[in-house]
Amino acid sequence: MVSAVEIRDLVVERGTQEVLHNVSAEIRRGVVTGLLGPSGAGKTTLMRAIVGVQLVKSGQVTVLGRPAGSPELRRTMGYLTQSPSVYSDLTVRENVRYFASLYGLGADETDRTIVNVGLEDQARQLVSTLSGGQRSRASLACALVGQPEVVVLDEPTVGQDPVLRDELWRRFRKLADDGATLLVSSHVMDEANRCDRLLLIRDGSIIADDTPAAVKQAAGTDDLDEAFLRLVRGREAVDQ
Amino acid sequence: MMSVRILASTTERILRQLLHDRRTIALMLVVPIVLMSLLFFMYEDQAAVFNRIALIMLGVFPFTIMFLLTSIAVLRERTSGTLERLFTTPMGKLDLLFACGIAFGLAAAVQASVTAALAYLLLDLDTAGSAGWVILIAVTNAVLGVALGLFFSAFARTEFQAVQFMPVVVLPQVLLSGLFVARDQMADWLEAISNVFPMTYAVDALMEVGANAETTATMWRDLGIVVGVVALALVLGAATLRRRTP
Repeated sequence: MVSAVEIRDLVVERGTQEVLHNVSAEIRRGVVTGLLGPSGAGKTTLMRAIVGVQLVKSGQVTVLGRPAGSPELRRTMGYLTQSPSVYSDLTVRENVRYFASLYGLGADETDRTIVNVGLEDQARQLVSTLSGGQRSRASLACALVGQPEVVVLDEPTVGQDPVLRDELWRRFRKLADDGATLLVSSHVMDEANRCDRLLLIRDGSIIADDTPAAVKQAAGTDDLDEAFLRLVRGREAVDQ
Repeated sequence: MMSVRILASTTERILRQLLHDRRTIALMLVVPIVLMSLLFFMYEDQAAVFNRIALIMLGVFPFTIMFLLTSIAVLRERTSGTLERLFTTPMGKLDLLFACGIAFGLAAAVQASVTAALAYLLLDLDTAGSAGWVILIAVTNAVLGVALGLFFSAFARTEFQAVQFMPVVVLPQVLLSGLFVARDQMADWLEAISNVFPMTYAVDALMEVGANAETTATMWRDLGIVVGVVALALVLGAATLRRRTP
């Protein structure tokens, strides 16, 4: 099986607005896929549909051959929400340890994961006393602690300094090399170059699904920001 | 679907959150003691009145405080995104529900024991039945507060709104429980309302312990009704925990 996630004709409404229009896409196994698009494009909604917490109007989302949200999938998925969702009245270690325990894992895995996100010096600190960037790394640790097969990360690098961001991307790369499937959203185009595949999303529709190189080639520019712009304009021209 | 391991670690997590919050613990333990002492001095020369009111208060405090703590704690889970995240893990709804019940129930047991110890040992509270039954009923009442708190947290969007459910849910039950006017002396329609409030039965059970050395059939019936309402509220609470949200 080449694809870890298959999305077919997904329609999602929030309130009276349709936020995803007939989205179809595949996310390949064992690679890092970047989900890129401006704020409000539907990135988070798509990710929530994949992890199975989004009410959908129609269409199918299949993860590792099972419908998204199936009980069997819950041991194999890691999900990082956009705003850090950790218990601010617990320490970093207590948070990670708790999420580890949900997967039947213990102290070793907890400590290893904390080191992996670079929070070993803050392990005993209450989350409420951390900086924004540290807090989101604490949240990231909770998403990675079960060694999930499918990792869905909603803007994991926001607010991190460049050195840390680089380290985190290396970490994601390592996870994919070890066989995990990663879907990482970002609204920073320069992060797209670090992905194996890209899904560009705008106004609830996928406008590109290819490798970064192919996206740039199709748009005829080396700059991904510019490529995104040209793809959008190209579509609008077709629509009219 | 429940897992003993997840239930245990979730209970531990909730207790740890509580333990980190020293001020809440202090308030939880000290406020009932202060209020109970206040009652004692208010009714210094009326031992019978103090006995009745103190006994009712031993049931009211844990219910009120656990209702508040649970509704805020669960609301935070809902709004902070941790609940959404937990639903992507192997954790089941029942694991979370029962963990809340056990963790806050334990906290209530400590609170009820401390308050009861003060009332019996220093304030000369006198009941025909044993203090153990009083504490058991108080803890059952606390778990009732947990279950209702869980349910009502679904109807609040903010902590501001959640605290306002406290007077809505707690006060009418206390007013009509027989604390101020005996239930058989109330207007029929008020008595009818009090008949559907679980607090009425908790207070009645406490009165039974106050008046009888041995457990009575009425006490068991009352306790059974409260436990039944707890189960019902937990089921309703579970229905408000949605894995998929809009």
